[in-house]
Amino acid sequence: MAGNTADKIQGGVLGWVDARFPLSQLWNEHLAQYHAPKNFNFWYYFGSLALLVLVIQIVTGIFLTMFFKPDAELAFASVEYIMRDVEWGWLIRYMHSTGASFFFVVVYLHMFRALLYGSYKKPRELIWIFGVLIYIVLMAEAFAGYLLPWGQMSYWGAQVIVNLFATIPYIGPDLVTWIRGDFLLSDATLTRFFALHVIALPLVLLLLIVAHIIALHEVGSNNPDGVEIKANKDENGVPRDGIRFHPYYTVKDLVGVGVFLIAFFAVVFFAPEMGGLFLKPANMIPADPLVTPDLIPPVWYFTSFYSVLRAVPDPFLGVVAMGAAVGILFFVPWIDRNPVKSIRYRSSAHKLNLAVFVVTFVFLGYLGLQQVTALYGELTLRFAVMYFLFFWLLWFHSKERSAVFTLVSFVLLVGIYSFYDYTRFDPANAQLLLTAWLLPTAYLFVTMVVPLFARSLGRDRPVPERVTA
Amino acid sequence: MANEGVSRGRRRFLVAATSVVGGAGGVALAAPFVASLQPSARAQAAGAPVEVNVSQIEPGQRISVGWRGRPVWVVRRTPEMLDLLPGIRDRLRDPDSEQVAQQPEYARNPHRSIDPEIVVLIGLCTHLGCSPTYRPEIGAAEMGADWAGGWLCGCHGSRFDMAGRVYRNMPAALNLEVPPHHYLSDDVILVGEDPDGGTA
Repeated sequence: MAGNTADKIQGGVLGWVDARFPLSQLWNEHLAQYHAPKNFNFWYYFGSLALLVLVIQIVTGIFLTMFFKPDAELAFASVEYIMRDVEWGWLIRYMHSTGASFFFVVVYLHMFRALLYGSYKKPRELIWIFGVLIYIVLMAEAFAGYLLPWGQMSYWGAQVIVNLFATIPYIGPDLVTWIRGDFLLSDATLTRFFALHVIALPLVLLLLIVAHIIALHEVGSNNPDGVEIKANKDENGVPRDGIRFHPYYTVKDLVGVGVFLIAFFAVVFFAPEMGGLFLKPANMIPADPLVTPDLIPPVWYFTSFYSVLRAVPDPFLGVVAMGAAVGILFFVPWIDRNPVKSIRYRSSAHKLNLAVFVVTFVFLGYLGLQQVTALYGELTLRFAVMYFLFFWLLWFHSKERSAVFTLVSFVLLVGIYSFYDYTRFDPANAQLLLTAWLLPTAYLFVTMVVPLFARSLGRDRPVPERVTA
Repeated sequence: MANEGVSRGRRRFLVAATSVVGGAGGVALAAPFVASLQPSARAQAAGAPVEVNVSQIEPGQRISVGWRGRPVWVVRRTPEMLDLLPGIRDRLRDPDSEQVAQQPEYARNPHRSIDPEIVVLIGLCTHLGCSPTYRPEIGAAEMGADWAGGWLCGCHGSRFDMAGRVYRNMPAALNLEVPPHHYLSDDVILVGEDPDGGTA
């Protein structure tokens, strides 16, 4: 019996398990012997925090499912039942609703970290792509979940988003009927969204997260210096600038978890509705297919893209633009071809570009929550243009460009949207239009043309051999 | 796999043939699942036509009834409202109802209705399906002095005139839809069925 497998058995329960399942191997490869760069900073909390929020959402979600009734007649009342009659039900529901918003807060910061330090660049393109897929599935998950309480905002928000598909030529209307399972949003829609929200999309999400982490552990983490730590290993094959994930980063992340939970429960206990941003007042009214609320903004985490949709007058092209605003993220690893990863060693022009992008994204989000006025409509259009110009500039800053190419492309880009302005020119709005025209133009001028005259602004700096902290 | 004495061509054919048959089976299996998401027989039955009595509607008044879960508006327009319809033509996107899908043939006229006074519209904005607000006051202050009455969509600001025709440069590109309907008698409209008995 103690034959050829004897050498693998080290004895004890662990040895018995290891001979049958690679438990120690998994532990070592992904935690105890997994070497992460030693210079992680604040921005590196958000990956593990995203996992924490995922766990919060799954656990609270399971308990909510025990009390919720996915039925158009009963859903609204069952949510009120959870809030009022179920022991601690309010806490579980508020954790779930706050968790949804915090998921996006954490994920947006996590994605911004990747933009800061070039974490999507070779060899980490697939990590980024899995990440964008996770983000898209997360949006679908949040959208499906938002319908379930069957309040006015659930109903009409879903109405607006589902009807986006109706703008697709030819198949649109039939496709929408198929999605709803009825000629209007009804019980049939609620039950299928429930199925998607509690089982189908979470399963996809979990699989993608596993793929995201496997890909990450295959190539290793990037770091704030953008230096490949695997390029410099000691005699044992361990990166000199790496430290073991466990215990060093597990313990560090626990501090992040502590701070996060303070912020999270401060919202859960004191501002679960967050002034209407996380839970809208109109959603405290049961869904009524015959009465539309005055203003139907999506939840805050969709509003930046919603603004891009509203910036385009043609409905179908608006949907295309919104899809492109999300879809372009997939191509970021091939748009930004600059070999320097970290923003620490990138040019001032690139730093400014990223800063403007943050302002653009946040401001588009703000505009998406507002009623359309002439001023806001014009600003929405300009910032939507600037959203896409960011990606152009990301490519443009891949290397130092010649003066001729810079000037020609600058004139061409400004010419394109100026021509569009010319076609919609209306003397009544001339002042607003021309003032707003300065926004994207100044943006392009400062990030493209100014570095021609102050070359140091457009120049990247040398990257060190080893990480710096 | 043992490769001795194997006919590679036959092996490739068998692998390809089983893959194709298996793939076809997979597609065939997907069909019932995809079809199950279509409106059920019960949902289709609930889409039956509804009767509306218009005798009690005052001039300028709008009533709202549900058909297939959608609001259907019936408005008795005042002569003043009707008189204003031709004058705003050049401010409209589709004044002559050239988008044929937006109304049945018998409503493709300047007033978009069978009886000039009574207009029947589906009360959902053709942009993204919100239900616009009825603003019949001619020249209402916040709508502008040249406002000829109509509807304002609170979601994205689309404006429609008293015949449900959309103004230019609005998020909505199409006029409000006129559902199939006909008169059972002088006072009763059947919404959901064409005069010849066809449905939407």
